[in-house]
Amino acid sequence: MATQPAIETRDLCKRYGAQLAVERLNLQVAEGEVFGFLGPNGAGKTTTLLMLLGLTEPSSGTARVLGLDPRRQPIRVKRQVGYLQENMGFYRDLDARQMLAFIAELNDLPAGEARERAEAALVAVGLAGEAGKKIGAYSRGMRQRLGLAEILLKQPRIAFLDEPTIGLDPDGTGRMLEVIQRLARERGMTVLLCSHLLEQVERIATRIGIMIGGRLVALGTLGELRDAKFGVAGGQYTLEEIYLKYFRESAG
Amino acid sequence: MSALRAIMRKEVSDHFSSNRFLILFSLIAMVSILMVYMAGLKISQDLEGEVKPTFVFLMLFTSSGIGFPLVQFVAFFGPLVGLILGFDSINREWNEGTLSKLLAQPIYRDAVVNGKFLAGVLVIAVTLVSIVLAITGLGLVTLGVVPGVEELYRIFFYLLVSLVYICFWLGVAILFSILFRSITTSALASLASWIFFSFLIPLAASAAASAAPPLAGESNTGYVMRVSELERTLSLVSPMRMYLESMAVIVDPLRRTTSALVAVGRNEDISLSRFSGPLSLNQSLLMVFPQIVFLVAILVLCFAVSYIVFQRREIRSI
Repeated sequence: MATQPAIETRDLCKRYGAQLAVERLNLQVAEGEVFGFLGPNGAGKTTTLLMLLGLTEPSSGTARVLGLDPRRQPIRVKRQVGYLQENMGFYRDLDARQMLAFIAELNDLPAGEARERAEAALVAVGLAGEAGKKIGAYSRGMRQRLGLAEILLKQPRIAFLDEPTIGLDPDGTGRMLEVIQRLARERGMTVLLCSHLLEQVERIATRIGIMIGGRLVALGTLGELRDAKFGVAGGQYTLEEIYLKYFRESAG
Repeated sequence: MSALRAIMRKEVSDHFSSNRFLILFSLIAMVSILMVYMAGLKISQDLEGEVKPTFVFLMLFTSSGIGFPLVQFVAFFGPLVGLILGFDSINREWNEGTLSKLLAQPIYRDAVVNGKFLAGVLVIAVTLVSIVLAITGLGLVTLGVVPGVEELYRIFFYLLVSLVYICFWLGVAILFSILFRSITTSALASLASWIFFSFLIPLAASAAASAAPPLAGESNTGYVMRVSELERTLSLVSPMRMYLESMAVIVDPLRRTTSALVAVGRNEDISLSRFSGPLSLNQSLLMVFPQIVFLVAILVLCFAVSYIVFQRREIRSI
């Protein structure tokens, strides 16, 4: 079982009425990988994440997360997966500490350990100074950091990060990427990173998948994608150029 | 279980610290205390010179000092508490994006609905009990009478049935907050259904019943009886009617029917009771058992519907 992939999907499809949001997705992500999941808006990335979490029923196909079926065992899957969603909501009347305490309680963490982990998480994302403020008064970037703190608190084996750096200042972005990388390297956490900021993905992702119109059009390391599109001589092309080439091809 | 407790605790503290609840609670507390004070004054006037009056304490709940008695006040405006606590419980989280965050945690979906419902039940129970305790205290002062054991039992059942009645409306509001994404829509729908079932149905029932023509050869009394029976049958759709009928019997031991055709004044009542003793508590309860079962049933039904709708909701739309 040591080689069991963290995430595995087989012909995973999701239909909303006549529209095909995800079409026969076959994806494997190994444990400890930082997987960059790219694609234009509405490509089906978030839908895929929701299916992996068991929050949305797939129309057909199967998904396995740490060997578990999110359809059948959503609670066990969600216990080991942290999800930082795009445009996430917060309870505006709580402060950061209360919010983390609430999340800890929902995850059944013992109170003492939860408090320790919460403090450590607040320090790691740079919110320790403002932890007593109501979340309603937070800026967008601070909320985003609090979202990451929730994941640090939960210490899951897999983290789904949907646009984690949106609204962050350059310093915050750097710090967030550093925390994500450290989680993957030191704790062996698997990270699924959805982002439109390609240079960030280029910096930390070990492998990349590009999804366009519900289909996975490319999958591999940066080098592999580069070779596939530009031949062996394409050494200097950035991820952005590669991505745009894929995008234009599938659009045209 | 711990998730349910966490959600419940958070909801309860949200309720108690929300301005809307504080305003509502102080309003209701003020009105009911004033009403009981007036009723108390009136009762002590009425009972002057009476030898050994019985169940004086319960009269605080049934006799009207100004306007209408407390039992009716709760019947009219109690539902408002339930509606106000519930009408935005699910769709607010939807709109603010906290619902999907909640559901991404390792909890069952029903913990969300159950936690919110139980928190509402707890808040309503605290409201009711504290109002009744305030009334009891005031009653001791104004009447100088200590409630007997049976009166306390009756007050307990009064609380219990009132709780079920108000929780039914809480359930209605939560159901609307699941059905409608817009908070305004769910608020309006809750209010509309409250007005429809509490005020329009009784009115419509009496209008429809009085439109019934007399049968050939029917005596005048027979006709009046038939119309009133018809009206009562039609208005049984209204939960308020059910609640009022059961309350009237539970709080008033002298009452031996749920459908009194003629209103009996206090003095007639007393002279009648000279020939017939008050009912015992289980006799009273037995009489309104159907009404209580009805109230519990619609509460369960309402809860079950919201439960099923919420379980099947597609998360993507959340």
